[in-house]
Amino acid sequence: MSDLTIEVKGLTKRYGQHLAVDHIDFSVHRGEIFGLLGPNGAGKTTTLECLEGLRRPDTGRLSIMGIDPTTEQQRLCQVLGVQLQTGSLPAFYTVSEMIRLISAYHGVAPQAAIVDQLGLDGLLNTQYQALSTGQKRRLSLALAVLHQPAVVLLDEPTAGLDVGSRIALHDLMRDLRSQGTTILLSTHDMAEAEALADRVAILVRGRIIAIGTPRELTATGNGLTKVTVRTRDKSLSTFTHPEIRRHLQQDEYVVFFTTVPGPVVATVMNHIQTEGDELIDLRVERPSLEERFLELTREAQATAADPSP
Amino acid sequence: MSALLLHFASEFKATLRNRNLLLMNYLLPLGFYLLVGGMMNQINPFFGEQMIPAMVILTVLSGVIMGLPTPLVEAREAGVLRSFRVNGVRSGNLIAVPALANALHVCLVALIICVSAPLIFHVPAPADWPMFILVFLVTVLTNCGLATLIGVLAPGGQMAVLWQQLLFVPAMVLSGLMVPLSIVPAWGRRLALLLPATYAMEAFQGLAYKRETLWPSSYGMLLLSIGGVLGFVLAAKLFTWDNKSDARRRVLPALLAVTPYFLGALLLV
Repeated sequence: MSDLTIEVKGLTKRYGQHLAVDHIDFSVHRGEIFGLLGPNGAGKTTTLECLEGLRRPDTGRLSIMGIDPTTEQQRLCQVLGVQLQTGSLPAFYTVSEMIRLISAYHGVAPQAAIVDQLGLDGLLNTQYQALSTGQKRRLSLALAVLHQPAVVLLDEPTAGLDVGSRIALHDLMRDLRSQGTTILLSTHDMAEAEALADRVAILVRGRIIAIGTPRELTATGNGLTKVTVRTRDKSLSTFTHPEIRRHLQQDEYVVFFTTVPGPVVATVMNHIQTEGDELIDLRVERPSLEERFLELTREAQATAADPSP
Repeated sequence: MSALLLHFASEFKATLRNRNLLLMNYLLPLGFYLLVGGMMNQINPFFGEQMIPAMVILTVLSGVIMGLPTPLVEAREAGVLRSFRVNGVRSGNLIAVPALANALHVCLVALIICVSAPLIFHVPAPADWPMFILVFLVTVLTNCGLATLIGVLAPGGQMAVLWQQLLFVPAMVLSGLMVPLSIVPAWGRRLALLLPATYAMEAFQGLAYKRETLWPSSYGMLLLSIGGVLGFVLAAKLFTWDNKSDARRRVLPALLAVTPYFLGALLLV
């Protein structure tokens, strides 16, 4: 039996003349955190809204746990939790009233554990209008997961959150994954996607231009690993190695860029020892998902601007 | 407690926390009632005869027509309706719950007026209380239907206010709330028949006070009932979760909701 919980095949959505999503395909497995990355206007929110049943696709087939979001909204709500990017709640309802109300609509008892985990326990009698942006987003997330859905769709969940709230939200997402919940996450935050997502898809102008694990995506790029070294006697200022693509001096540090950091670091260490110098600091930084993302989006946008072969 | 009851209770309490709605539901009708009751009774002795139904209709207009549409429009614009939808709340509940909560607020104010007016201002109480309650409930139904339809259709808050004023202001002047409809000139009466408040006022006079009316009160009750039901049915049919659909396409079918009053204006004068 397939463990696919989300399936998107040939999804296309237009708004008038604007093609928001252009024949995209992807699937998400049970218990996976899948990140949708892309610049503004790439089609992330439209894709999520089609899956949430808020938009009707022009073409394509969508399925969440075997449910068609366009025709089975009520069944969908039982298995799906959603945090909208631009959603809001009634200004004069309290946190407690919203939690009780949405719990009642889902036919479940209010979940004190989630309320506590998201730091909402001290805000139960506060009206929605008096909450900060971060508190509003935490409440929205609590409402999305209080019926323990099998699939959760999160659209920019950490936008506007402070560090503490982001950590609490990331912990909750990891907890949900460990319980087998599938999470589809749309985010601008590459560090967040790299830290949380099992796989990501990069959307540009409505098309998926790359899909895979964050490690796979960064490995396939042209990105160079950065080796930053500081020594007591600055003996590396004239150091060369055939695998070093370029180097530069930054204050007390020498920075080497290479595709093979292992041999380069080993040779650097030998050189320091041979010269009787002393190592003070050494850092090796692999190309990040952010760098790969920028590389891919630049390529895709350049191709779109100049479509000639 | 069922979700619908809980929703209703939360909405009722939320209205009391909202200063704008508190003004429309309680302060404006009760303030106007005390002010006008004190003054008009001395200026115009006939006013006392119709004070209770006039003030009850004013309460409905203020609480429902002025109070109901804007929060619905604001909720749609802010994404509240979308949030409810993804959390499993049906559109029918989002139409029914605010209407019911407003109706209850209006009932409470109407009760205060009905009990206090004969004691404070020595004005006549209705001769037939069951008929008074029936006319009142039909009036609330009609106005809730129209107000919900305005909330569903209005593309923005400003347009909603404009449509609300189109029902509220002429009703205050022409519907027989301040001066008897019988002394309004014929053209004014025809214009007044485009307003649900006119039928409600005549129905109160004929059915609850057993006074002579300009047309059979049952006709007015029938048109009000049809108008109310049409308002809710059309609001449910034309309901949208956000502002991305074209509002202009929905205005034409919505005009069905006012056809009973056009018929009345053609047939009853």
